[in-house]
Amino acid sequence: MYDKGKIIPGLIVFVGLVTFPIWYGFSGGGKLPNPEKPTIAKQCVLPTAEMRTSHMVLLNEWRDDIVRNGGTRLGHTEDGTEYIRSFQRGCLKCHADRKKFCDECHTYAAVNPYCWDCHFQPKEAN
Amino acid sequence: MDNSRRNFLKIAGLTAIAGIGAPTAFNSLLKGEARAGMAEEGGAGEAAAAAGKRYGFVIDTKKFAEDQGLAQKCIDVCHSIHNVPNFGADDKKDMVKWIWVENFEHAFPEHSQYKVSEEVEKIPVMTLCNHCDNPPCVRACPTQATFKNPDGIVMMDFHRCIGCRFCMAACPYGARSFNWRDPRPFIKTLNPDYPTRMRGVVEKCLMCYERLAENKIPACVEVSQEAGGMFFGDLNDPDSEVSKLLKEKFTIQRKPALGTRPSIFYII
Repeated sequence: MYDKGKIIPGLIVFVGLVTFPIWYGFSGGGKLPNPEKPTIAKQCVLPTAEMRTSHMVLLNEWRDDIVRNGGTRLGHTEDGTEYIRSFQRGCLKCHADRKKFCDECHTYAAVNPYCWDCHFQPKEAN
Repeated sequence: MDNSRRNFLKIAGLTAIAGIGAPTAFNSLLKGEARAGMAEEGGAGEAAAAAGKRYGFVIDTKKFAEDQGLAQKCIDVCHSIHNVPNFGADDKKDMVKWIWVENFEHAFPEHSQYKVSEEVEKIPVMTLCNHCDNPPCVRACPTQATFKNPDGIVMMDFHRCIGCRFCMAACPYGARSFNWRDPRPFIKTLNPDYPTRMRGVVEKCLMCYERLAENKIPACVEVSQEAGGMFFGDLNDPDSEVSKLLKEKFTIQRKPALGTRPSIFYII
């Protein structure tokens, strides 16, 4: 075989590069998001798994219910804690830090929701 | 005659069509589907015996003429609560307003302006969204971002607004403003309890729906109530403050002939 010295190392480098995502994932290279949990309350509005997958659906449901159907602003968690069904006045009361909570997952999942064009964190107002 | 059969067939065909069509047309007339529509759609006629709530304002323009600073107080409180940007007095094109002052001539162009008294000419007329009972903006909105809520408020869901500005063209009162630029940097003090808007969204007075939910009255009314400038209540409730006022005093509405049935009444 001609150019054995170039082809074999070349193939090894090529295979290495192509399979990079696989072994990078196995070696734990991709840091999983770790959103900071609030200290004020113990329980969120819905179980964590549901909140993780469909908090945006819940926000839309709240909005349509309150704005269109005259729904109530007050909600209760399973343990009976009262909360305000509002993104800015409810969610952000506990999850006050956007960078440490929201952006943690949103950046990881490469989603760019436009919440912050209108809503703001309590800190931002000061 | 040669073509008698041809004529016979023509007449027979036309008779058949008339025979089929006539009962349908007759029935729809009988049921009143094709009525003239003056009583409900056109004109200034108010629908009789309306059900449910219909919030409205009575504004006493005389009180605003007496206390010249009162109007500005109302504007300031509204705009600061709702994070309305201020682009400066020179920038009329980008101006965003929820409540503002108009002179008599511009507020009531349907009224004769000929030989109007000096007193009336100087009146600062507080103008805001009229929360019409028959709102043209709602009909124009292609996304249902603006709609009539059960309390009679012409509401907006800013999330759904695509910024087409059909509602602005439809509104005969100029009550809607468009965000030509990002309003955030032009809000003096942010109210953390109320969101701002983004560029490309239309906004207007929402009758302080967020305060009504907390059993408070609209902010402009709260500020001017003591001076007797503005009153708020349910127009469909005969015992409400506004209903009583409307029974006692002579009031006018803005452009009543358009048939929008405004919920804001003015004592001149």
